[in-house]
Amino acid sequence: MSDEVELHPAVAGAQPYMRAETQGENSAPEDAPLFDDGAGRERLEKVLSRYPTRRAALLPLLNYAQERNGWVSRPAMKEIAGELDLTPAYVHSVATFYTMYNQRPVGKYLIQVCTNISCDLCGGEEVLERFLEETGTRPGETSEDGLYTVMEVECLGACGFATVVQVNDEYYEDVTPERVPEILDELD
Amino acid sequence: MAFPETHERETRTLLSRHMGEEEARTLDGWRERGGYGALEKALEMEPDEIVTTVKESGLRGRGGAGFPTGVKWSFMPEKGDDPHYLACNADESEPGAFKDRELMRWTPHLLIEGCVIAARAIQAEHVYVYVRGEFFEVIRILNRAVTDAYEAGYLGEDILGSGWGCDLTVHVGAGAYIAGEETGMLSSIADGRAEPRIKPPFPAQSGLFGDPTTVNNVETLSSVPMILDNGADWYRQWGSDDSPGTKLWCCSGHLNRPGNYELELGMPLKDIIHDVCGGVPEGRQVRAVFPGGSSTPILSRDELDCETTYEGLSEAGSALGTASPIVMDESTCIVRAMRRVAHFYAHESCGQCVQCREGTAWVTKILERIERGGGEMEDLDTLYDLCEQMTGKTICVLADSVVFPLESSLDKFRDEYEAHIKHDRCTATA
Ligand SMILES: Cc1cc2nc3c(=O)[nH]c(=O)nc-3n(C[C@H](O)[C@H](O)[C@H](O)COP(=O)(O)O)c2cc1C
Ligand code: SF4
Ligand code: FES
Repeated sequence: MSDEVELHPAVAGAQPYMRAETQGENSAPEDAPLFDDGAGRERLEKVLSRYPTRRAALLPLLNYAQERNGWVSRPAMKEIAGELDLTPAYVHSVATFYTMYNQRPVGKYLIQVCTNISCDLCGGEEVLERFLEETGTRPGETSEDGLYTVMEVECLGACGFATVVQVNDEYYEDVTPERVPEILDELD
Repeated sequence: MAFPETHERETRTLLSRHMGEEEARTLDGWRERGGYGALEKALEMEPDEIVTTVKESGLRGRGGAGFPTGVKWSFMPEKGDDPHYLACNADESEPGAFKDRELMRWTPHLLIEGCVIAARAIQAEHVYVYVRGEFFEVIRILNRAVTDAYEAGYLGEDILGSGWGCDLTVHVGAGAYIAGEETGMLSSIADGRAEPRIKPPFPAQSGLFGDPTTVNNVETLSSVPMILDNGADWYRQWGSDDSPGTKLWCCSGHLNRPGNYELELGMPLKDIIHDVCGGVPEGRQVRAVFPGGSSTPILSRDELDCETTYEGLSEAGSALGTASPIVMDESTCIVRAMRRVAHFYAHESCGQCVQCREGTAWVTKILERIERGGGEMEDLDTLYDLCEQMTGKTICVLADSVVFPLESSLDKFRDEYEAHIKHDRCTATA
C-alpha cells in the first residue's frame, strides 16, 4: 500500500514484515545500516511519533529490520538499541522472545505449517511431513538451493480452514498432503 | 479465500452482515452501508451516556473472559491530566478461535468505528490496535482503512468537527500467544517482551505506559456500533438475560461444514455441531468437544445438550471462552489431542512462573510418554498432582489453561488413558 499513498504514521510501524514474494531473492545486505538512508529515517521518525516513549518503538523497528533484510541480524539489533537508548542485550532478549523474528536468513519461501489441535485433527502433521519430504529438508533447515525453509508453527488463527499453511506473507487454507506438490510448483 | 457457507439458523443480520462483500472494506462502501452513523451519534452523546447504553445492552467481552463491557469501561477513573488509552486486542491466538481475523479482513471500518466510540466513552486520546504478526492480509486491509479513516476525518484531531479527537495506531506483534493476555499485551507494546504482570493494579488504574487503560477484544468493539445505532433493548432481543446478543462461533475439527457462524447466544451446542455445521463425517460419532477453544474443559458426547450461553456452558462444567468448539470424532485419540494442546501451552509459557514453566513442560512430557506407549498408571496421579500445583498460583491463567482441559479429560476419559497405558497404544481409535 506504500506505493499507492504516502505511509501514514498510524500504520508506519505496522507494515507486513515477512518476506513478500515481490521482494525478490536479494534482500539488503545484512550489515547495511537501517536508519542511514532517507527511507529508514522517515520510518523511524513516523514510528516514534506514535508513542510517548522511545522504547515502545522496539517491536515496530524490529519488524522494519526484518522487512528490509528478511531476518534480524545482530548489527540491526545494535542499531535499534542505539536509536532507542536501550542495550543491545535488551533488544536481543526481546527479539528472541518472539517466534517470528528470524535469527538467521531463511529460504526464499518460508513455509510454516500449523500442527496445532484443529489442524492436527485434520492431518496437519502429514502436511508438514509432505512439505519436508518434497523439499528434502528438516524442520527449520533451509534447502541447499536457498529456496525453502519449512517449519512447524502454532495456531495461525484460521482453524476452520485446516490445515493452514503460511508461505511468506500468505495463508493457504484447507491444505492436504496431496496439494503440497502443486503448492510448491506454483511458488516457482 | 472465500467466506465459508452460511446456515439458515444464522443471525446474519448483525455483526457479520457485510462479511463476504468486497465493497464493505472500502470507506465509501462502508458509508453506503450506514457505516460511521453510530459514531456521529456517539459524538453527540456524553461519554457517560455511551457507557450506560453499553452497560444496559449487557454486551460481554468476547476475548474469552466474558466480562461485561460497559462495567469495564466504568472502571476508568475520571479524566484528569493523565492520558487514557484503549488497547484493542487483535492478537487472536487461542487455538480454535478465528473470528477476529474475519471481522478485520471483511469489515475493518466497523472495528475502527467501534474503537473510536469506545475511546470517546473512556475518554482515551489514543487507541492501539495490537494485531498478531502473522495476519499480514488483515494488516494490509486494516492499514488501508485506518489511512482512509484519517483522511476522511473519522480519526485524528477534531473528529467530524466535534471538537473532540483521538488517534489510532496499528501495532503489530511478532508471534507470541502470551501477548494476547491483557497485561502481556501492554508489556509487549511498552517494553518489548510480552510478560504478564500481577493484577491488581488493573489496567484501568495502571495500564499502558502506567496510565489508565481499557483492553477490549476486536469482536467486543465491533459489536458496539450496532448497539449505539439501535439501542440496548434492541440488542437484548437476542440471547439470554445474562448473555445477550449474538456471537461469532468458530467451529473447527471433524466437522462437515467448519467455519464462522453468527448465532444468537443460547443455541444448544449439539445443534451447532449437527445442524449448523453438518455434524461429523458420515458413519462416525462425536467423541469429545472443547467448546470454547482449547483452554476450556472438554465435554463428552453426552454433554452436548447444554445451551451455548456463558451461564449454560458454565453449568455444564466448561466455559464459553472464545466460542470456538473444536470437535473431535471417534477417530481421535484423546491422549494425543491432550498432548497436542499441552505442548502448545508449554511452548507459549512466558517462563516467569515456575509452576507454569515447569508444570506445562512436565505435563507435556508425561502425555508424550503415555502416547508413545511407555506410560505407567502412576502417571495419571502425577498428572492430577501437577494440575493441582498449577491452579491459581501463577501471574496469569495460562497455566490454568492446561489444567482445565487436562483435568476434565482425565475425569471423563480415564478409561482411554488407562487402556493406552495398559496396551502401550491407543485402543479407542483402533
Ligand atoms: C493466555 C491468555 C491469552 C489470551 N489471548 C487473547 C487473545 O488472543 N485475544 C483476546 O481478545 N483476548 C485474549 N485473552 C483475554 C485478554 O486477557 C482480555 O481479557 C481481553 O482481551 C479483554 O477484552 P474483552 O473484555 O473485550 O473480552 C487472553 C487471556 C489469556 C489469559
Ligand atoms: S502463568 Fe505462565 S504465561 Fe502466565 S505469567 Fe506465569 S509463566 Fe508466564
Ligand atoms: S489450529 Fe491450525 S490454524 Fe488454528
